Amino acid sequence: MNLNFASVWQYWPFLYNGALLTLKMTAICAVFGFALGIVLSLIKLSKFRPLVWFGQFYTSIFRGTPLLVQLCIVHFGLPQLLGVPLSTTQSGILTFSLNSAAYISEIFRGGIQAIDKGQYEAAMSLGIGYRDMMKDIIIPQAVKHILPSLVNEMIALLKESSILSYIGAVELLRAADQITVMTYRFFEPYLVVAVIYYVMVMILSFFAARLERWVNRSDRVS
Amino acid sequence: MIEFRDVHKSFGKLEVLKGIQFRVEKGQVVTLIGPSGSGKSTILRCINLLEQPTSGQVFIEGTDITAPKVDIQSIRKDIGMVFQHFNLFPHMTVMENMTYAPIRVNKVPKEAAKAKAMELLALVGLTEKADAYPNKLSGGQKQRIAIARALAMEPKIMLFDEPTSALDPEMVKEVLEVIKSLAHTGITMVLVTHEMGFAREVSDRICFIDDGQILEDSTPDVFFANPKTDRAKAFLEKVL
Repeated sequence: MNLNFASVWQYWPFLYNGALLTLKMTAICAVFGFALGIVLSLIKLSKFRPLVWFGQFYTSIFRGTPLLVQLCIVHFGLPQLLGVPLSTTQSGILTFSLNSAAYISEIFRGGIQAIDKGQYEAAMSLGIGYRDMMKDIIIPQAVKHILPSLVNEMIALLKESSILSYIGAVELLRAADQITVMTYRFFEPYLVVAVIYYVMVMILSFFAARLERWVNRSDRVS
Repeated sequence: MIEFRDVHKSFGKLEVLKGIQFRVEKGQVVTLIGPSGSGKSTILRCINLLEQPTSGQVFIEGTDITAPKVDIQSIRKDIGMVFQHFNLFPHMTVMENMTYAPIRVNKVPKEAAKAKAMELLALVGLTEKADAYPNKLSGGQKQRIAIARALAMEPKIMLFDEPTSALDPEMVKEVLEVIKSLAHTGITMVLVTHEMGFAREVSDRICFIDDGQILEDSTPDVFFANPKTDRAKAFLEKVL
């Protein structure tokens, strides 16, 4: 067994830039997915049937097809229809945000439905309107309950961003591909990349745990 | 102040209110009593439209709030409600619970809202709990805060929906004391309670509800001493 990490390490700027892109894509898509997911969950909880159907249809599409297929349709298919090419970054953000929104909307829907109806009644009896009630009373409590699920979704997003390499985005996995081509070594670059993913997920989990503690401060007795 | 005209309410096939005629004058304290499932809570919840009557009209200060296009939010902010299960907002401190709606809905300046909240906390005897979260309070304390939160909106009407039913026995008194201190201060009050002694002491009128109808409407002395209907007699025999 001869392992040579030094030959990989000399290409560290590739890895650095790849990791940076991975993080950037994850962060952007998490924000868009979160915002879109909340809207979608409210659509699904509305009393207007066609809106509910739209929400359910949307979710079923993104849950019922592979992410990679969605990415190919957006990146290779859409430009054919629109007549404008999409950059790998644009396609990635579009696909991952829309996809993530579908999952997050389900998480939110469950979280919102779990809130006691007395909370709505108390808010209504104080004359608080629907928007303020959802924004300041219901959703903050829902977020508390679903925070672990949201963190899972973000971790999934981070790891799944590796399929962006398929359309040629030079994120972390693609950076490793390039190193394999230049060094003719495979084990070391992919192992290093795996470690980098792992460390990123661990850091994310660490901050998520702290956030959870902060959010749950109102539950502490003593 | 409050008037019901032939109000009916059905949940599916079950008719819980069968033509309620009912008036409460300004400043009056009226208690609705009756067996559980009789519809008394539903009457209360029709006053601020937490339940929408199936037919009939509800007037608040002369406004038909069951008419289409009524701005129900602006009506509700003048009607405080206290629930059996308190329904404090658990993610907000006591102070935030009490100032959110005044600031947001009534557009009261933040400092003024806080000052008012402190005043009300003094009234319910919980000044030291201003920065506590609800889960650190006992049931009785939660309910006193819930009352103070409703009062912070300076409502013209206060509704109490079985305010002591979820409390441990030793906490009932502290809540009833607070409610009693509000009676006859000019605020109109409608209560649903099973505390008969309290109802008798605090009310101007007692309405006895059974099977979705108001069977008796009289002063406490008359009602408790000489109930007219057999059903009221039977009910009082069980609870007194």
